Amino acid sequence: MLATRAGAGVIWRVLDRRARRLARHSEERMGANSALKWMLRYVFPDHWSFLLGEIALYSFVVLVGTGVFLALYYVPSDAQVIYHGPYELLRGEQMSEAYSSVLNITFSVPAGLLMRQVHHWAADVFVASIVLHLCRVFFTGAYRKPRDLNYMVGLTMLMLAILEGFAGYSLVDDLLSGMGLAIAYAVALSIPFVGAQIGYLVWDGEFPGGSDFFARLEILHVFLIPAALALLIAMHLATIMRQHHTQFPGPGRRERNVVGTPMWPAYALRSIGLFLGVAAVLFLAGGLIQINPIWQWGPYHPYLSENGAQPDWYIGWLIGALRLMPNWEPTIAGHTIVPNPFWGGAAFPGVVFTVMYAWPAIERRVTGDHRRHDLLDRPRDRPVRTAIGAAFLSWVVIIFAVGSTDRLFFRLHISYQEQIHFWRAGVWVLPIVVFFATRHACRALQRSDAHPLREWQGQLVARSADGGFEVLAASPEGRATEPQAPPLGTAPGHESER
Amino acid sequence: MSTDDHPGRGRLARLAALGGRLLAAGALRSALRRSPTPPPLPPQDAEDPRKREVPANRRAETAVAVLLALAAVFGFGFTAAYVLDGTNPQFLGIAIGGALALLSAACVTAGKLVVPQETAVEERGLLYEEQQTEATIDLIEQGGEGISRRALIGGAAGLAGAGMLTALATPLASLGPDLPGIHTTPWRRGVRLVDDEGNPYSASDIVIGSLFTALPEHGDTEALGAGLLVVKLPPEYLHLPAARRGWAPQGILAYSKICTHAACAISLYRYPTYQPTSNGPAFTCPCHYSTFLPGEGGRVVFGPAGRALPQLPLMVDDEGILRAAGPFHEDVGPSWFSVRRSQS
Repeated sequence: MLATRAGAGVIWRVLDRRARRLARHSEERMGANSALKWMLRYVFPDHWSFLLGEIALYSFVVLVGTGVFLALYYVPSDAQVIYHGPYELLRGEQMSEAYSSVLNITFSVPAGLLMRQVHHWAADVFVASIVLHLCRVFFTGAYRKPRDLNYMVGLTMLMLAILEGFAGYSLVDDLLSGMGLAIAYAVALSIPFVGAQIGYLVWDGEFPGGSDFFARLEILHVFLIPAALALLIAMHLATIMRQHHTQFPGPGRRERNVVGTPMWPAYALRSIGLFLGVAAVLFLAGGLIQINPIWQWGPYHPYLSENGAQPDWYIGWLIGALRLMPNWEPTIAGHTIVPNPFWGGAAFPGVVFTVMYAWPAIERRVTGDHRRHDLLDRPRDRPVRTAIGAAFLSWVVIIFAVGSTDRLFFRLHISYQEQIHFWRAGVWVLPIVVFFATRHACRALQRSDAHPLREWQGQLVARSADGGFEVLAASPEGRATEPQAPPLGTAPGHESER
Repeated sequence: MSTDDHPGRGRLARLAALGGRLLAAGALRSALRRSPTPPPLPPQDAEDPRKREVPANRRAETAVAVLLALAAVFGFGFTAAYVLDGTNPQFLGIAIGGALALLSAACVTAGKLVVPQETAVEERGLLYEEQQTEATIDLIEQGGEGISRRALIGGAAGLAGAGMLTALATPLASLGPDLPGIHTTPWRRGVRLVDDEGNPYSASDIVIGSLFTALPEHGDTEALGAGLLVVKLPPEYLHLPAARRGWAPQGILAYSKICTHAACAISLYRYPTYQPTSNGPAFTCPCHYSTFLPGEGGRVVFGPAGRALPQLPLMVDDEGILRAAGPFHEDVGPSWFSVRRSQS
């Protein structure tokens, strides 16, 4: 007992001395302690929705770690080989060396299947957390000046993340990924004037591609896009630290300050805890929940396809757009000008991202608000913006959902063709309904200042035997602590700065 | 409750407490001792949110230590699972995921219940400084002092830029194919139709109501234009254009298997089960559900495909084997800028 105490004391003192020496060491060489001190006191405002971006960051770390492991075993080659591995059902099948190497990772490399599944789950979570983070940033107005630039860095990362995920599952060269690549090739080809050139450049010739194709795709997936993402993440974080985090209005919180937990020690520990928690969820999912069982799809050959194939979720909006688009192809003198996949596969995501990139400038133009904003809006306090965001989101979500109308046909026997005809109109009508419903809900919430998601409404009553009622409890009426007027710093003319 | 005077405190907990102190608290305490006090803030209009609490929570410290010790057990468990059966993802996942989850719980517990809890206020600097901006603008403008023909030089520079961009973009064209035909197919007159194991199809193999996939004998089966859809239709469904009357011996039709929309292989075949009410025979692509009519030259009846499915003329040789009666007369595969639309 005493011995362990004494031992603990010794180690404690050693660590203490280490920390002192480290601080001196860095000061003597870099003069870094004023920066370090600033870092340790850097204040993070507390709100659960601020963690979404952190989840994306930590998923990226897991992706890099598991990705390095996978890259050591992957062979980027379309050379045809005969499979002789441990998976009986594919023995003797002709397949590319790429697919064969991923089967090897799956069945022969110890911990290989775990790493592959964790990588796949992490990719799905990565893109999902970026999208949720983007929604948070939009609906709270966090993209306003001075953060409009950083918002665009984030949008660029979302685009790259989707491309990266697609490139990743295409490397496997199983039947599912081959079909995805065929569609990507068709979209590339459909770009007016230069589509065929672009397709040939990327695929090293006509589909399914020359011998260099998988090497090019691998360089894109393991080097070029991750390097670009890492650079953009560094820019994103550096900009945040320069401008400091936004915060919701509250007691003592003003445009010119940040109220929250300093980095050291509590926030650092919680954030490391979040990182480990994200990693834990991803590793548990990767170990216990099967994802993309590539051995079931079999090798890809251009003359093969699979019925009811569904891509990873973040490609769903493009599949939906490709399916929903009527077969419109402008022609001149019997020659096609714009092949159909262009509309759903290139123009649609182009429009979505252009609108999102342009939004901060559009809002500045319309509202005439050129001030700097560091306090966030509650979504209800900006009914029109929230309604526009919800309508736009519903437009994309409907198109995303159309990507699974064939599943509805198989499960519920609702005619596929009639579903498509319905949504060709619905995709324009429903967002308008969403716009008015959201604007109405925002205004009603503003008036009542209720928090339907945070606490219950109304009264709890008991009926007695004689037919009378007794009120047992009532929800808090009004909330004295919440501001009734627009929160500090959001009303025009208050604390304005360019 | 103080854990020190608790008689039932086990050895494991003591060990765990030791480990916990070593790992988590050591570095924290030493740094905290010298952590600077926050600078005084200017007077504020609203209430001051600053506060600092030192929890001194021994139970939480014990909990952290136990969580860390358990994480160590799971960590070693991963190695054990790897040694026993490295290809079983379930045990590996539970071990490493459990270790990470316990570490995470330890960190969050320490962050919320063990270390000092502080709400601090940090002032945000102004980003915009008028003087700096004016000085920078001046510096930039000084670089153009004394230049009189700005528009001329600017216009010439723009022209030069456009010229250079065009020059740099031009070599892209040499990467591309010779338009308009870009997808080569191995189909020539006389090539036999075989299945995916290389066995030739005879005309009698093709039965009404079924869909067959054919490949070119001795051809590149990985080429986009290699795969064929082969079906046999009774005369009431055959409405081919006049120019194609001879392309379907015994009512057997062959079409490129690659959808003209987005290059997926077509694999769904609809054949009427009850003629008075069913729709006629059709091919459907499983990717975006473009639907083509084999009896009418591959015409599109539904879905996003913009042009008809290319048809391959067939013939039956003396041994009853199916052969191509010629090449494709249209471009196979997905469309591109300037592709010819089929005439049917």
